[in-house]
Amino acid sequence: MLQTIALLMENKPGALLRVTGLLSARGYNIESLTVARTIDPQLSRMTIVVDVDATLRAQVIKQMNKLINVLQATDVTDAPSICRELLLLRVRAQQESRTAILKEAEIFGGRVVDSSTEGFVIEVTGEGEKLDEFVDVMRSYGDIEVVRSGATAMPLGSKKLKLQPPVPTRAELARV
Amino acid sequence: MSTQLMNGATMLLECLVREGVECIFGYPGGVTLPFYDALYDHPIRHVLVRHEENAAFAAEGYARATGKVGVCCATSGPGATNLVTGLVDAMMDSIPIVALTGQVSTKLIGSDAFQEADTFGITRSCTKHNYLVKKLEDLPAVVHEAFYVAASGRPGPVLVDIPKDVFQGKGHYQPVGAIHLPGYKVFTEGHAGQIRRAAQMIWESKKPMVYAGGGIIAANASEELREFVELTDFPAVNTLMGLGALPAEHPNFISMPGMHGSYAANMGMYNADLLIALGVRFDDRVTGRLAAFAPHAKIIHVDIDPAEIGKIRQPDLPIVGDVKRVLQKLNKLLAELKPELEPMYAAARREWRNEIQSWKEQYPLAPVYSDTEIKPQHLVAEIDRLSGGRAIVCADVGQHQMWAAQLVRFNEPRLWINSGGLGAMGFGLPSAIGAQFARPDKLVFALVGDGGFQMSIPELATIAAYGLPVKIVVLNNGYLGMVRQWQELFYNNRLSSVTLDCFPEAEKLAGAYGFKGRTVEKPHELRAAMEECVNEPGPYLLNVKVSPYENVYPMVPAGGAINEMVMGPPQPVSA
Ligand SMILES: Cc1ncc(C[n+]2csc(CCOP(=O)(O)OP(=O)(O)O)c2C)c(N)n1
Ligand SMILES: [Mg+2]
Repeated sequence: MLQTIALLMENKPGALLRVTGLLSARGYNIESLTVARTIDPQLSRMTIVVDVDATLRAQVIKQMNKLINVLQATDVTDAPSICRELLLLRVRAQQESRTAILKEAEIFGGRVVDSSTEGFVIEVTGEGEKLDEFVDVMRSYGDIEVVRSGATAMPLGSKKLKLQPPVPTRAELARV
Repeated sequence: MSTQLMNGATMLLECLVREGVECIFGYPGGVTLPFYDALYDHPIRHVLVRHEENAAFAAEGYARATGKVGVCCATSGPGATNLVTGLVDAMMDSIPIVALTGQVSTKLIGSDAFQEADTFGITRSCTKHNYLVKKLEDLPAVVHEAFYVAASGRPGPVLVDIPKDVFQGKGHYQPVGAIHLPGYKVFTEGHAGQIRRAAQMIWESKKPMVYAGGGIIAANASEELREFVELTDFPAVNTLMGLGALPAEHPNFISMPGMHGSYAANMGMYNADLLIALGVRFDDRVTGRLAAFAPHAKIIHVDIDPAEIGKIRQPDLPIVGDVKRVLQKLNKLLAELKPELEPMYAAARREWRNEIQSWKEQYPLAPVYSDTEIKPQHLVAEIDRLSGGRAIVCADVGQHQMWAAQLVRFNEPRLWINSGGLGAMGFGLPSAIGAQFARPDKLVFALVGDGGFQMSIPELATIAAYGLPVKIVVLNNGYLGMVRQWQELFYNNRLSSVTLDCFPEAEKLAGAYGFKGRTVEKPHELRAAMEECVNEPGPYLLNVKVSPYENVYPMVPAGGAINEMVMGPPQPVSA
């Protein structure tokens, strides 16, 4: 079963590699990964979806929390959280099916972001399963191309974020 | 207040001075030229080793012998990649070292420049943390942070990669007041409620066993451990990494547990109803088959690293914290509760101690002697005799390491120095160099196999050049003994590529470097030879030819249960 991990980490070179390195070192394949900085430009949020052996999940989270650049890693698979994904779908369709396509897009809450005589590019966000369904439906109208962002999760639990306060350097301690 | 204008190399030295660094083990190269130029007339001592791997091992030896951060240094590319084994070793055994590497100039990074390697990428997984410094103004903060990360929490290796133009750039050293690492979690105190529950469990046990490891040494918690053991009068084992945590001659000390641990230690672990696990990680060489490891025991696990809790065995009572602080608090509570709670199961525990005593007497760990050949255990017993529990012994990896762990007494922490987690051959001799620099007052043995010694021969030059009085004792069985033992026991004695046919003459080899050496093979010569070796004011190479086919026993075969030890070679059936 897939595990969803939400991370808050420092926005520093190599930080991403440290996190994914823990997974690749154990031979796990990452299903999806999203990362971007937060309102605080020093920090990033990352969501990883990965198939980790059930018995090792807690250990993987602990190892992530041990990374110096990681402020918090949380397993949100079964925890209260909102999880969304962005999908861009390009469909090439005949003139006569254009109206039907727009109807379907509306049902899925999609938005047309490009329109041409050949067809549309539609943007949809939602949970992974809903996007799967949308893809299935669109396939019946013609050739499609799909790009997905991978899941981005927002944990809803109120797990307190414990941060280490600054510590004086040895040099500073020796001075005072 | 900032200092005068200086280049990056001098600024690095300024940082090192402020971190209390006295000695660096290293090897120069193209991109570290500015650094070596700054070192030229600097009070920090640079020890020129003969291979970068040994610079890392020497820094580890220094750190293991003192608890201070060891420092090593290498140039870019091949210099940096040569450090890798030492970094992994320090990672596995939680040893605080800082590795400084040169990198090609920032403008050249990524261009396949001469001697470029992605050191930052290569060492990511074998360091606790690593840095690539791209701007001179970042250098002081990074270096101070590196020392802090290496030494705090669960210690480990930290690497700082510095491009040549950063060494050459000019700037002012700005003192760094504080280290900001919001995501670095160091848990020291231990949960008060958990400690209270532990105290209760401890007095309620009937068959307790203290299982103490390298964490006690890292935390400098030997005193607290001794106090715990004396307060409770519980029996204790020290793991391979923990030897010396409790003095070997302490009446409550049993021995090392695990694959080559004693019968009493393993039977004690197997039959215990409570394991007090202090700074240990339930290594597979200790537990054997997990399902059969301490199956009846409740577990109290104290460790500074939360990721160790439940990694291998789920404890009944976890305490995340610095084992020194936790033991201080626990000891206080135990003393308070003692008058009320100790008598409850005192009788049962007396019986338990007697049981352990009888196991000890049934199968003691004792040297073996012969009139015709030197038994390897005889040699190790000689080291023990001359050490009297006080010398530093740096071992390499193999049978000799296990015999030393079984038979040499260590009455203080930081005397037994070995590559525990990684088992890296070639560790013994260079780590002895580091230890001898750290402790010039100490008698330092490098006890090495004939295999591992040949991985370290270049460092004889370092020993000679600095006149280090290291006592190099080669346990020469003519084989890669530990591998030969496994081939004998598990591969029908098909001895495949384990014969070490050619070994240099010790007297000539040492002589070529300008110090004394000798080979002995008669049991009656050993004592005098060992004394000559130890009494020599300078270095000494003693090559001791021992019986080739001796195996290390007792033994828990890999994946076996710790209560089903093989006590010795199959005995001939008498007619
Ligand atoms: C770098 C490295 N390579 C290979 C091994 C595997 N290995 C473990 S013990 C051993 C034999 C060591 O032989 P020697 O140094 O003669 O010591 P002995 O076991 O004979 O005491 C070998 C090859 C290792 N531990 N480290
Ligand atoms: Mg050998």
